[in-house]
Amino acid sequence: MIDSVQRAEQTPEAEQPFADLGLKPDEYERIHDILGRRPTSSELAMYSVMWSEHCSYKSSKVHLRQFGEKKPETDALLVGIGENAGVVDIGDGWAVTFKVESHNHPSYVEPYQGAATGVGGIVRDILSMGARPLAVMDPLRFGPADAPDTARVLPGVGAGIGGYGNCLGLPNIGGEVVFDDSYLGNPLVNALCVGAMRHEDIHLASAKGVGNLVVLYGARTGGDGIGGVSVLASETFDDEGPAKRPSVQVGDPFMEKLLIEATLEVLHAGLVEGIQDLGGAGISCATSELASNGEGGMHVWLDRVLLRDPTLSPEEILMSESQERMCAIVRPDKIDDFMNHCRKWDVEAVVIGEVNDSGRLTVDWHGERIVDVPPRTVAHEGPVYERPFHRPSWQDALQADSSDRLDRPGSDGLRETLLELVAAPNLAGKSWITDQYDRYVLGNTVLAQPEDSGMIRIDEVTGRGVAIATDCNGRFAKLDPYTGAKLALAESYRNVCATGAVPLAVTNCLNFGSPEDPEVMWQFAEATRGLADGCAELGTPVTGGNVSFYNQTGETAILPTPVVGVLGVIDDVGRRTPMQWGPDGELIYLLGDTRDEFGGSEWAHLRGHLGGLPPQVDLQRERILGEILVAGSRDGMLTAAHDVSDGGFAMAVVEMALRADIGARLWLPDGIDPFVQLFAESAGRAVVVVPRSEELRFSEMCAARGVPAHRVGVVDSGLGPDAGYPQGTQVLQFGDYFTVTLDEVREAHTRTIPALFA
Amino acid sequence: MSTRIGIVTFPGSLDDADAARAVRIAGGEPVALWHGDEDLKKVQAVVLPGGFSYGDYLRCGAIARFAPVMTKVIEAANGGMPVLGICNGFQILCETHLLPGALTRNDHLHFICRDQRLRIENTSSDWTRDFAPGQEIVIPLKNGEGGYVADEATLDLLEGEGRVIARYLEVNPNGSRRDIAGVCNERGNVVGLMPHPEHAVEDLTGPSTDGLFFFASALTSVLAGSHR
Amino acid sequence: MLLARVIVDVMLKPEILDPQGRAVQGALGRLGLSGVTDVRQGKQFVIDIDGELDEDRRAKLEELAGELLSNPVIEDYRMTVANDDEVRA
Repeated sequence: MIDSVQRAEQTPEAEQPFADLGLKPDEYERIHDILGRRPTSSELAMYSVMWSEHCSYKSSKVHLRQFGEKKPETDALLVGIGENAGVVDIGDGWAVTFKVESHNHPSYVEPYQGAATGVGGIVRDILSMGARPLAVMDPLRFGPADAPDTARVLPGVGAGIGGYGNCLGLPNIGGEVVFDDSYLGNPLVNALCVGAMRHEDIHLASAKGVGNLVVLYGARTGGDGIGGVSVLASETFDDEGPAKRPSVQVGDPFMEKLLIEATLEVLHAGLVEGIQDLGGAGISCATSELASNGEGGMHVWLDRVLLRDPTLSPEEILMSESQERMCAIVRPDKIDDFMNHCRKWDVEAVVIGEVNDSGRLTVDWHGERIVDVPPRTVAHEGPVYERPFHRPSWQDALQADSSDRLDRPGSDGLRETLLELVAAPNLAGKSWITDQYDRYVLGNTVLAQPEDSGMIRIDEVTGRGVAIATDCNGRFAKLDPYTGAKLALAESYRNVCATGAVPLAVTNCLNFGSPEDPEVMWQFAEATRGLADGCAELGTPVTGGNVSFYNQTGETAILPTPVVGVLGVIDDVGRRTPMQWGPDGELIYLLGDTRDEFGGSEWAHLRGHLGGLPPQVDLQRERILGEILVAGSRDGMLTAAHDVSDGGFAMAVVEMALRADIGARLWLPDGIDPFVQLFAESAGRAVVVVPRSEELRFSEMCAARGVPAHRVGVVDSGLGPDAGYPQGTQVLQFGDYFTVTLDEVREAHTRTIPALFA
Repeated sequence: MSTRIGIVTFPGSLDDADAARAVRIAGGEPVALWHGDEDLKKVQAVVLPGGFSYGDYLRCGAIARFAPVMTKVIEAANGGMPVLGICNGFQILCETHLLPGALTRNDHLHFICRDQRLRIENTSSDWTRDFAPGQEIVIPLKNGEGGYVADEATLDLLEGEGRVIARYLEVNPNGSRRDIAGVCNERGNVVGLMPHPEHAVEDLTGPSTDGLFFFASALTSVLAGSHR
Repeated sequence: MLLARVIVDVMLKPEILDPQGRAVQGALGRLGLSGVTDVRQGKQFVIDIDGELDEDRRAKLEELAGELLSNPVIEDYRMTVANDDEVRA
């Protein structure tokens, strides 16, 4: 017996399982008020998914508003927040769209498919803007490296990202792998995609033109992820483990590849008036959003949806999160052409509805009306919560617990400290994971991991390209979420500049615990405020992003993890600055100031300590440093550059040396404790390598801008014998303190991850 | 008048655009060929590119092998036209039996992407004649099912007849028998290669430009009008 | 309604390395099953056909089993026709 609108009108007292679907009593009441009756079960399904935290952003909206309110003035933004992804003008008539999203909970439940479908979802978001997807990146966070559950989750996630991305033909150009106790049980799988198009090809998700047809195309609809969205995103896992095991979405990257080709063809042939991908909340989302953004009305014949599983009920069809599906608005006189293109690529397509100006979204099932709602109330007017928040009771004590109380090594312990850091899971080489990703496909990857940013060429004639970096230090954010968010932005910004690109715009993936916990909510409020203020200061607007709440098991929330992605443009990728330093004699400079700052550092983390304050952040100085790095790149003054972050100056130098497989002689400036110089994690610093012929010009440029530039070393491949090693041995000589060979450093650096996960 | 080299696109092909770029840089004219058309558009050589044709369903290349265009490709190959199968293309050539052996799952079970050192051991095939004998090159390798296998008799035959065109050096990345990275047919016009020469054509985006020699060789072969 | 069900089992030839089978073997051991001396992983195709399975169709199936469903260079196949009883059940 179908729960039609008529039946709902006739049976107002019927019990409905709104709580099981994740709706609170007041939300259920509100639906009554909107409709003037009880909702049908299909309408209840629609509202429950669309009003879930994941889809409606009900707890975060009031804070995310700041990104728009404090938006810096810039000409570069073509499409801002609100659409599927932000679009940025990079010059020469090219537009680039990029976004990062989370797929955290599904990756805990089923690591391979959770990660794979995370990639699939973000790629479709980019595709639905009218862009050809060009590259992906994956910021990942896991529990302790040696925890049994990490051994369960990490390999599956890596294989899933590779398995899906490689089959789609998208190069993976960067990402992060971070380990921390707080992510045990709540891994973070954030997926970023970047795409490009010509300005005139930008498409928006709106259903315009009364009489136009609503076409559902791609994979058939099945029972994937039913209840996934509202259940997974609105509830945390019990301490005993995931008591609910909702069906996880299973991805088919081959189908998505066909979808990409078919979609780009119909877009370029001008056959599409509006387009939307089907992600969280599937058909409910696509239809209500398209209807809201267009003429305001749409009618859908739900029984026309092609099904993989003929036993699905209409509620299930509306909530299904089957992957690899898109929705297009097509004029009646273009539908045949549209269908031909789909047929060419073996992509199934069916007309399921029609645009009208009724101001309602109506859905029929075999002639009976099962949905009749105002679409805006579903898609845009979901609940908005002003969640209470307050500074955690433990915050002061945490900030007072400085890492100064830890015993620091003397000068004879520095060597051991370096080798310890190099082998630490957070700093160790990640190639065991990233070698599973294709970095070459499409032939435009100029820089990929472990370089500071991923850089791709957009225009093969002019060499114009873009660079993207994603960063977040969750430990810094826990010590001070406001500063921590700014530091994440600063690091990502710096990483883009280090490769020679000019930062233009920001995306973000805000991963936090439960918004129902006022202390977590405070962290969120502070972090968003920090990010919004930071973006205003740096002149890089937030173009879009994602919020993932409820990342906690029981009472323990994850570290507040606001991942920030910065996108920059470079006129000619041929001028990019890699991190590989050059021949003997080139000079190594450390730009910026080093302070005694170990709060939240990797060194302290290895001693089980998290406390004190994070490093100071000064965005004006970051801006100037960035300009130096970009100018140095553009004018050929730099051979190599690398930002200084986790593990401090010593780690940055080690990474550059390993990349080049050439040693160097370094000297530590007087007047600063060597332990601090080597391992402190002060922000606003970069290591650059300058050919002797450019030294004067470069140092004058730094002086003119007020950027401290300390000459700290020289590239030297012949140091082996001096240090007592055979001729040809590559070493890093740190003043009179100690020497390490690149062989032993490489061994320590590359052993850790395979030993744990291979 | 440039030499026309056709590049087939199957559903799921990924490196077709890259193969086209390589042909262009080498001095040829890339021609797009559609899997569904029995039409080679008067090309003078054919490349079956890398990717995941048909999602690697059933077996890699097993479905692509029956595509309409392949009837013409097989015919042309038997007539002496130079045909290069890269990665998935190599898999397709083995499935059609234009080349002996088969490609199986990497022995370590992971997909691997690395800059691979190779030695070119046959410089008389249509796709390797521009190399110096024994030349060592570095080109990207990226596969999950790249382990070349064949029975002992076939392997001995290939070695004996000098039909191993490239061999892995330093590291065997996938468990291929006898470190074989590529083989050719008796005539030397059909070549299968696991690594990706089309990704080593520009210093900006690849580990070297060594890959260009493969495509240049084909141009040389076509101009020489070679038929063995 | 006459319905024929044909089962085609495909296995790698014994001499071909089966890393997936080996991985499964390792997992069985780690999960508490001792004494597993070998595991080989294969595929099964279950093909339902409308109508009768006459000589011609059977021959065609054999041909496709040996050419499409399996790669004769590295795989063996075995084809069996299920009884009507089994199909209806």
